[in-house]
Amino acid sequence: MQDSRKKSDWDTVIRPRKGWFDIDFKGLVRYRDLIWLMVKRNFTVLYKQTILGPAWVVIQPLLTTLVFTVVFGNLAGLPTDGVPKFLFYMAGNIMWQYFSQCLTRTAETFTKNSRLFGKVYFPRLVMPFSTVLTQMINFAVQYALFIVMVVIYANKPGSGVAPNWQLILLTPLMLVQLGILGLGFGIIISALTTKYRDLAMLVSFGVHLWMYGTPVTYSTSMIADKYPQLLGVYMLNPITPIIELFRAAYLGVPRYSYGYNLQSVIVTVLVFLVGVVLFSRTEKTFMDTV
Amino acid sequence: MSERVLEIDGVSKQYRLGMIGGGTLHDDLNSWFARIRGKEDPNTKIGKEHIAFNQKFWALKDVSFNVDRGDAVALLGRNGAGKSTMLKLISRITAPTEGEIRIRGRVASLLEIGTGFHPELSGRDNIYLNGAILGMNRAETTRKMKEIVEFSEIEQFIDTPVKRYSSGMYVKLAFAVAAHLDPDVMICDEVLAVGDLAFQQKCLSKMSEIARSGRAVLYVSHNMRTVTQLCNRGIFLDAGKLTYDGTVERAMELYGGSSARSVQRNLDEVPRTKDRGDTMRMLSIQFHNTQALEYTMDSTMEFTLTCVAHIAEPRLRIRLILQNSIATPIAMTQTEPFEVAADETFTRRIKFPLKGIAPGEYVIKMSLISGTPRGRSTYYDTIVDVSRFVITDDPAINSGFIWSERLWGNERLEPLEMEQG
Repeated sequence: MQDSRKKSDWDTVIRPRKGWFDIDFKGLVRYRDLIWLMVKRNFTVLYKQTILGPAWVVIQPLLTTLVFTVVFGNLAGLPTDGVPKFLFYMAGNIMWQYFSQCLTRTAETFTKNSRLFGKVYFPRLVMPFSTVLTQMINFAVQYALFIVMVVIYANKPGSGVAPNWQLILLTPLMLVQLGILGLGFGIIISALTTKYRDLAMLVSFGVHLWMYGTPVTYSTSMIADKYPQLLGVYMLNPITPIIELFRAAYLGVPRYSYGYNLQSVIVTVLVFLVGVVLFSRTEKTFMDTV
Repeated sequence: MSERVLEIDGVSKQYRLGMIGGGTLHDDLNSWFARIRGKEDPNTKIGKEHIAFNQKFWALKDVSFNVDRGDAVALLGRNGAGKSTMLKLISRITAPTEGEIRIRGRVASLLEIGTGFHPELSGRDNIYLNGAILGMNRAETTRKMKEIVEFSEIEQFIDTPVKRYSSGMYVKLAFAVAAHLDPDVMICDEVLAVGDLAFQQKCLSKMSEIARSGRAVLYVSHNMRTVTQLCNRGIFLDAGKLTYDGTVERAMELYGGSSARSVQRNLDEVPRTKDRGDTMRMLSIQFHNTQALEYTMDSTMEFTLTCVAHIAEPRLRIRLILQNSIATPIAMTQTEPFEVAADETFTRRIKFPLKGIAPGEYVIKMSLISGTPRGRSTYYDTIVDVSRFVITDDPAINSGFIWSERLWGNERLEPLEMEQG
């Protein structure tokens, strides 16, 4: 007689949506193979039937950086903290691209996968995580190009490029933080877009505007010079301290207080937690509203 | 007693009508603002007034049942009875509003075949991806790869992107992956509708095998033949409630409605489509000389049909369309034209010779029509499922062969004539 077996003996118990913290992290670990297969799929599919294929990963940031260099560096003549303009913009650009891609792609989680989600269950967080991993690999390629540039410039006398090796060791942490930040904002939006489709519209230009609130095309020192009283507010943008730290590490521009980084980490954790909670709440019933 | 793999415990699922998000934030704010001012919601669709705002709709209400190892359960019910909702809850696509579902082991749900297949990836890559989506890890998939490919019958295309596959190949591959998942509970929803008959048969035997090897199968289909072939238990859902749990045969009878082999039936209360049955209406039917509507081959069916005509019609016919058990038309026959006067209630006794119809289960569709052979026909009334009946097999008549509907169809032709050439 099996009825004598304990209740805890069941492998899965499906209950009505109740708690706020009903998050299936165990499932995520169990489905880790799926995360990798999704990453692989994202890559294979992205470059199927394209001429240049994976070259796009480097062409896109190179061209953007070039445009920034010409428009903001040469035409507008913005100062770049005494380091070569091209390197300065490239550092900001690849970091920002990585973040914004993480955000916009994870924001589409529910809308893009609604057909799949409607037919089969797996922990939905698999999707945003695989998206961020995909972007991380994309970043790695751009990063390699960036390193080549840094080495070239650093060996040129009088270029002002002075990598700080201790800070460079923090790169993985910066990447993880930026990825989690993008994921956190992305899944918050993805959860909300199941109900309000117009948020998707907001994302595309919102991210664009956000870039101008971040030291991508200019340096934080300009803010510090012109509006010193606003620097605290400016640094509330959690991306800013990360990009500044990245530039300080590879280019040797002056570093800002670690306090700002701590603040940014706290924001990251909060955004991530809110995102995961909202996401898990949505994943259980979003099929009824989509 | 065998081990229990699935317990559905007082499960209900509620959907809200009218309150489902307006789609844009602007619309929702609009609705909300209107509501607090006590005005009518500007976003309510015109003509939907009868759906009160925020009205609740129970797709499932307090359903409980258990599934043990070795059960092959057919979930039957008309459209909207809650079958699909039930499967969605068990496969965790959406959460129940009340109650609890307990599962032991792994559930493989085939609510739609080939979910998660990506058209650009090859068959092999898709096997890995689909396997992972269904909960297999990489090593497991690799171990079963050979078996899966063999079962799918598409070895030579396995490294071709699936966008080049025919829909049949697609289904074959997808089913092969799901079938080799070794699930403890396998859920199937009408997935066998595609694919050729031979493959359907293969899938069914695979599912029976799963059930026999001590796992459980939950099957939803409107195809009664596959249901009888596969399932050993039937559950009937009606308007979100479980009304019967027992043998497949009884559940199928319930599903067939009162039309399921009853000797007498009130046709007046059967719902019609569109304007059928307004000017003329079939009222009742009574079958003679039979208890369970089982006929031997080549015998004759006899019934009495009572109808009412509100208008006069000089050339009325009673038309009978024979359909097989999955509602595919097989043959047609009709009476000679006869005259009816306005507001006349008429009764006709009809003989239907069953000569040439192969053994199997059939459904009678009946219409009252008028029309000359080359002119337009007017359909006054149509009932798609007047009655089911069965023609029993008698190998003696057919040179000792047992009729195979699947291979030979529903019509039995005269024997071939042969002479020495």
